[in-house]
Amino acid sequence: MHILDLAGVPAGYVGRPVLQDIHLRIETGERIAIVGESGAGKTTLLRLIREHCTAPTAIIPQDLGLVQALSVFHNVYMGQLHNRSTLHNLRTLFWPAVRDVDAVRSVLTPLRLPDEIFSAVRRLSGGQQQRTAVARALFNDAPVLIGDEPVSAVDDHQAREVLSLASTQKETVIVALHDRALALSFADRIIGLKDGKVALDTLTAGLQPGDLDGLYKS
Amino acid sequence: MSAAARLYRRSPLARTLFSFFTVALVFLIFADLEIATVDPWDEFGRLLTGIVTPDFFATENLISALVNTLAFAFLGVAFGVGFGFLLALGFHSRAVRTFCVVVRAVHELFWALIFLQLFGLSPLTGILAIGIPYAGIVAKVFAEILEEADGRAVDAAPSGASRLSTLLFVRLPDVWSHFRTYALYRLECGLRSSAVLGFVGLPTLGFHLETAFRQGRYSEVSALLILFYVIIASQRLWARRQLVPVYLIGAALVLPWATHISGANITRFLTIDIVPFPLRNGDGISGLIDWLWLLISTQALPGSIATIQLTMIALVATGFLSALMFPFISPQMFGRPVRGISHFALVVIRSTPEYILAFVFLQLWGPSMLPAIVALALHNGAIIGHLIGRHTETLALRADAPTGLNRYAYELLPRVYRNLLALLFYRWEVIMRETAILGILGIATLGFYVDSAFAELRFDRAIFLIALTAVLNIAIDVTSRRVRAYLRLRTTLEGR
Repeated sequence: MHILDLAGVPAGYVGRPVLQDIHLRIETGERIAIVGESGAGKTTLLRLIREHCTAPTAIIPQDLGLVQALSVFHNVYMGQLHNRSTLHNLRTLFWPAVRDVDAVRSVLTPLRLPDEIFSAVRRLSGGQQQRTAVARALFNDAPVLIGDEPVSAVDDHQAREVLSLASTQKETVIVALHDRALALSFADRIIGLKDGKVALDTLTAGLQPGDLDGLYKS
Repeated sequence: MSAAARLYRRSPLARTLFSFFTVALVFLIFADLEIATVDPWDEFGRLLTGIVTPDFFATENLISALVNTLAFAFLGVAFGVGFGFLLALGFHSRAVRTFCVVVRAVHELFWALIFLQLFGLSPLTGILAIGIPYAGIVAKVFAEILEEADGRAVDAAPSGASRLSTLLFVRLPDVWSHFRTYALYRLECGLRSSAVLGFVGLPTLGFHLETAFRQGRYSEVSALLILFYVIIASQRLWARRQLVPVYLIGAALVLPWATHISGANITRFLTIDIVPFPLRNGDGISGLIDWLWLLISTQALPGSIATIQLTMIALVATGFLSALMFPFISPQMFGRPVRGISHFALVVIRSTPEYILAFVFLQLWGPSMLPAIVALALHNGAIIGHLIGRHTETLALRADAPTGLNRYAYELLPRVYRNLLALLFYRWEVIMRETAILGILGIATLGFYVDSAFAELRFDRAIFLIALTAVLNIAIDVTSRRVRAYLRLRTTLEGR
């Protein structure tokens, strides 16, 4: 079953790279890494995917989109705002239910953030903030995860951990990555962008980092 | 410990807000909020009918009221900005700073009541009533602007250059545009102050507004207010640098200077009238103590309590109201039609001086704290709501941010509440100043006793009570600055 079927959709946004002639079909259950030089159109492609995806999506934007003044708990809880009554959400701002706190903590634990659950996000390091954004997307029950460089601020070991965690919890995972080795080890399909075009779309099995060099040399 | 308790254990902000809220609530329980008029909604209906049927030809006074309002505003603000600028240059001196604190702690209307005794209905009364307190405010803001200006250029200036040369060539050019922007904002405030001065007898808008209101001529009220809004809203169009001399000379020409000013009168007021009665009468220290005790126990104390009570309730109400208002002009929350209407409503509310709003509600509901609370919260809430709403235009939310009330509660409010509180605490002193003055309308704050003292020609009491309002304002100013520093809340220039 596919969740996306793009046939020659053009995409251009003000101030962003224009994508040309995108043909893309994504099946449920795929692990896709999008690679390419900065400015190649990765963010624009992710946006296009999100807009045309037929299944609900949870996103990790490049700028994270966290609310700095709120706690980690509240930022992660936001992943479920749409599933709770507005009344419950308002109550949670001031008086969170134990059930919700436990649920959020269970998402934070594998991300090594359980102790920061009641810290304001603005007090966290860059890596901790990024993992908070990941937690928010994982707490969201949407089956499709779309992440724009979701592990750029954590070390290599943690990056692998976070991505495999995401793979076990989401049906479909689509992430833009700049680390080619990481992309190859995590994904089962690679989409390479160059100058606003899909230059490469292949399964990762047997691929070496060097095979992606063509995307980066101009 | 419950999760929530842990959330707030470490937050000084939550604790501070909780105390403010509790204090306001306790004050509210003891506040007189009764609607004393027999048919408040009936009268309101007549007022609404009048508002939608403005009559621009009801009286030939309309034009003269507006011209006078403009003239007092121009000359008063020009005096205030000019004098304030000079004071700003000497702001490193403690004496200058103290002078500024004192003059701006006394409200324009109180200054007007004092100058009325000195100069009668001479234009000087209105000009100084606006100009003196404005000079104190302008001096402070200009001094802050100068301080925040880039110091590198000053360091680079040749060491032998005179202070005046350095000022003219190095320091002023950088900050000039800030000064101009702020002076323009002061002109808008000056228009409101000038209009309100009519309530104590000067021939500006407030004078005709009060007359028309008392006689129930609501179509005339409506016409006066609409023209006033048009003048304020079109300020950007007519407030041009090249036209400033024209406006100033024009203003000086239209005002009625013929009034006779009696030097003997002035001397008498300053040297005899304002001296406490027992001292004048030779009753000695014990007489003075009796006099003070009576004044404090029957007027100063109840007046101060009522002033603080009303201030705290109005402050908290303003906070809630601004949080309620800003989403309606935020592009993150509503589309163009809603925002357009809301912008219009906020402009009207914040262009109407608190004093006039309170006056209107008092006519409708009779004398209690209710009209004052509603007026203060509406006016200040609209100002803060406007600034915060504009601020949300710069926020970038993630693509899958929630919508509706969830977006407001989780994405918007958490991002702006610190700015909102900074502005709110900044306006604390403004609210206090206005609260005292609303007493003139018959609410038992300090202004009520000041006004009565003037009416009874007991100028010694009046001056004592005005000095008390100044002390209260300075106390609030200091407290507000401490609270903002403690909570690390910062205001931008725009918020002043």
